Amino acid sequence: MYSYILRRTGIYTPGNNPYMIFNSAIFGADTIVLDLEDGVSVNEKDAARILVRNALTYVDFRQSEVAVRINSLSTPYGMKDLMSVVCERLDAIRLPKCEHSEDVIKVSKILDKLELERGLTKGRIKIMPIIESALGAHNSVEIACSDKRICALNFGGEDYTADIGAERTREGEELFDIRMKVLTAASIAGINALDTVFGDINDIEGLTAETRLVKKLGFDGKSVIHPRQIKIIHKVFTPSEKEIKKAMRIINALEEAEKKRSGVIALGGKMIDAPVAARAKKVLLLAKAAGLV
Amino acid sequence: MINGLGKEIPEYIEGIGKLKPYRHTANNSPKVTFQKSQCSDKAMESGKLLPSLKDAILASGLEDGMTISFHHHLRNGDHVVSMVLDLISEIGYRDITIAPSALFPVHESVIKHIKSGVVRAIQGSVNGPVGRLASNGGFNIPVLLRSHGGRARAIESGDLTIDIAFIAAPSADNYGNINGLQGPSACGSLGYCFADACYAKKVIAITDNLVEYPLSPISVSQNYVDFVVKVDQIGDPSGIVSGTLQVTRDPIRLIIAENAARVIDASGLIQEGFSFQTGAGGISLAAGEFIREMMIERKIRGSFGSGGITEFFVQMLEENLLEALLDVQSFDLEAVRSFRENQNHIEMGASFYANPHNKGCAVNKLDTVILGATQVDTDFNVNVNTESDGVLLHGIGGHMDTAAGAKLTIITTPLLRGRLPMVVNKVITVTTPGSTIDVVVTERGIAVNPKHPELENNLKNAGLHVVNIHDLKNEAYSITGTPEDPEFLEKIIGVVEYRDGTVLDVIRQVKE
Repeated sequence: MYSYILRRTGIYTPGNNPYMIFNSAIFGADTIVLDLEDGVSVNEKDAARILVRNALTYVDFRQSEVAVRINSLSTPYGMKDLMSVVCERLDAIRLPKCEHSEDVIKVSKILDKLELERGLTKGRIKIMPIIESALGAHNSVEIACSDKRICALNFGGEDYTADIGAERTREGEELFDIRMKVLTAASIAGINALDTVFGDINDIEGLTAETRLVKKLGFDGKSVIHPRQIKIIHKVFTPSEKEIKKAMRIINALEEAEKKRSGVIALGGKMIDAPVAARAKKVLLLAKAAGLV
Repeated sequence: MINGLGKEIPEYIEGIGKLKPYRHTANNSPKVTFQKSQCSDKAMESGKLLPSLKDAILASGLEDGMTISFHHHLRNGDHVVSMVLDLISEIGYRDITIAPSALFPVHESVIKHIKSGVVRAIQGSVNGPVGRLASNGGFNIPVLLRSHGGRARAIESGDLTIDIAFIAAPSADNYGNINGLQGPSACGSLGYCFADACYAKKVIAITDNLVEYPLSPISVSQNYVDFVVKVDQIGDPSGIVSGTLQVTRDPIRLIIAENAARVIDASGLIQEGFSFQTGAGGISLAAGEFIREMMIERKIRGSFGSGGITEFFVQMLEENLLEALLDVQSFDLEAVRSFRENQNHIEMGASFYANPHNKGCAVNKLDTVILGATQVDTDFNVNVNTESDGVLLHGIGGHMDTAAGAKLTIITTPLLRGRLPMVVNKVITVTTPGSTIDVVVTERGIAVNPKHPELENNLKNAGLHVVNIHDLKNEAYSITGTPEDPEFLEKIIGVVEYRDGTVLDVIRQVKE
């Protein structure tokens, strides 16, 4: 079922920038994604890999989940990245450019081996595949269900629109299909669905509108490229006091009904059916994870 | 002798005199005697406008060993200090004490006059090269550093007697009325020279924009001014006022700014009639921006903004978010424009602003002030004078004045700058006593002065990350290691005077 770890925001932090890595936990993102892939130029891949490995050992990332976006295993860097970064503090691998279930399974098997060698609990390092092409979108269900380590499904809007030949717009209509595919796949797999980044860091209104949209669609969070976006996204994804109270009333009514063994459950004249109950549970879990209840 | 901060202070310094040690609390109700204002001197019958600056100097009765003063409203574009000192040197005067409200990097030429013996001592803020020379032992008499309010107090009480005040005047008429609003060197407010004009034995106005009598409006009036001189240029406009100052984009500085605004909010001060002051630095401006947003959202109208005025405050005045601005110095072109056009943009002198011993100064009316720091220590003492290598590079400004006056004084600083911790065991130099600092805001936590447990609770309840100042220091040291203090020689090169005239600290020569 639904994963209860908050993943409202995952901030991409360039793996070659010590200042940003060192301060990444200050902004309170749910996930810190140390980036070895697109954010690092080819001639800095080695240096960034070493920096990220050392940061995982020495930097205090506070309560945040820590992921590393490695390079795809089909590049000369991917395997080296994976070998370097697996350690106690690593929570997840963000795996770019996934097109087939094999892409994930291959990484998972290497993780099995590395966890064993390095004395880490088996299966503790999660995988967050990123869909970035038409083929990946087409295979998203297969990818999402390919391995137990998968905790969230992401997609990359820029690469995807380039692949399908769409124009990338502020409104993002061109992402309609991939959003739906990622959501469906994530729901089937019972994992988080995470939305792509919003590119214009000065457009607060645009970011707010897009975040509201993807929350309505069913996404659990969004990737972030600048710390100032975090607060805005958290505000949208964190249940309001009103939502929390409503969810509490629903859950209470359910519990009462269970005690009374009553078959039909209603609250304020409205039927509480299974989807309503499920939504209320999700709101409370989110609220709890955000420290609000 | 040991002062109230535990600092070793000499009882007497040659060239400065007997020192009064700072006590634990400031002396706010002393028996104050104001020195006699010199404005009763009769004007010369031949008129005040003299053909040259040299004529004015000769007519002023300047003698070896006297004290002359300048204001720093032309900041890093000022030509007047160098112009006057070059002439004084040429005429052959020696052992002059200069009492500028501040010196800037542009005043590097002062150094040659110190080395040649024309200038004997400096009483005033020093920024940059002159401070470095002092720290390297280039002065025989220590620099006496005063705050804006402290300098006005010293002049008014007679602690600092000015023989001749040289006032750079962006506009003047031939009978000595002056303002800073018009002319090629317009700088806005002239607040720092008001006390000089009132209390100097002779006052010379130096202008590059001589206008028909009477000048309007008038900032410093004819009854204080002895001579007027026209020169080609009193300053370089590009160094006088800046263009628009940028609000920081750095996410770490932004989070500090936001937290500072949240601290003020949680303290309950943001309400109708709110008054505040911020510096012109990136964090301060950004914090101001967050406060502005809160005021707009809650439809709150404040009372006044004060201090060095920037475009940010002008915008708040024009948006009707503030009733008035109290402007002791205008930082940018927008501030100059606003002062020219808006009668609620009020020019204030340094005494009005911050003299603790007059009948009431503006800092006492401040709800909150957001200040920066070079270092803060675990006793909340702040250093803004000396760098981490111990070199004197900055003046005090209104730091200690606003800290003492405002109800809530907030220091904003990154916990680390490069490899240096900003929260330390002991600051190198105490500029502002910790007893006047309420909250220190960094990106890694907010420390509240333990004398305010209630405030600490309010901040915690507002969800702010409140930590003990020792923990903040420990976190910094865990990253940077324990910093080694710079090494000093015995020789005292600077004296930090508190606004009440007592001595907070001395600065010693750095060991090379």
